[in-house]
Amino acid sequence: MNGPLSVATIVVALVLAAWLLLRAALNRAPSRFDLLATAVLGVLVAVLVLVAVAGLVGDHRPSDTPTFAGYLITTIAFAPVAIYLARMEPTRWGNLILGVACLVLPVLVLRLQQIASVTVA
Amino acid sequence: MPDQPPATTRTRPADAALNTGLGRLLLFVYGIFALSASARALVQIATHFTEAPLAYLLSGVAGLVYIAATVGLAIGGERGRRIALVSCSIELLGVLIVGTLSIADAVAFPDDTVWSRFGSGYGYVPLVLPFVGLWWIWRHRPRAAA
Repeated sequence: MNGPLSVATIVVALVLAAWLLLRAALNRAPSRFDLLATAVLGVLVAVLVLVAVAGLVGDHRPSDTPTFAGYLITTIAFAPVAIYLARMEPTRWGNLILGVACLVLPVLVLRLQQIASVTVA
Repeated sequence: MPDQPPATTRTRPADAALNTGLGRLLLFVYGIFALSASARALVQIATHFTEAPLAYLLSGVAGLVYIAATVGLAIGGERGRRIALVSCSIELLGVLIVGTLSIADAVAFPDDTVWSRFGSGYGYVPLVLPFVGLWWIWRHRPRAAA
């Protein structure tokens, strides 16, 4: 797992989560900016996942590769699913969906790092 | 930053569907738990089932219950509401019973499930979720000639 990229993703996700939760608290529906910002985070996450997939080819494979792959698929799908649901929900709850996604993503990245740190000898 | 006209939820009609508003957020969160609980159970049962069969079977049951709740919230209507009501009730009982047992009888639960220690491994969300879910379903109970 790429350390700096993971940290960047986590920080961006948490800052965005704070913003989106504030927006939901102020009873605002997701604006174009809110959706775009989440999409940018999604791209960042996608890059992180692709780098991790590329790392699987090397000789530092995580010992629990199936779980790792499962988490990678979940992680890359997360932001798109949240955006899809939020677009169907033009109320404050749409922003809350995006905010929850931004709170769960750091957990997923941390879990990925945890699984990746246990490698095959 | 130009804002869209604020879409307030205050004027939400009382008969709005089960799967809109907060319901859509619940659907999202239940979906996450459906995925994580059943994936976890699958890995546990496939790789080391004999270590803690009871805990892993409960993991599997938890996964199925979350899937049912997600489906119920997704299809909405009277049928979806009933599916969600039953699965959220089972979920509430499950998290309370398994949570208590995992503390009282740690031997039977050597490995964690979503509901172990009231879902502490998942930020206690599994404990809060059924209450929110049941409240939401109760708010959308069919009213006779309302």
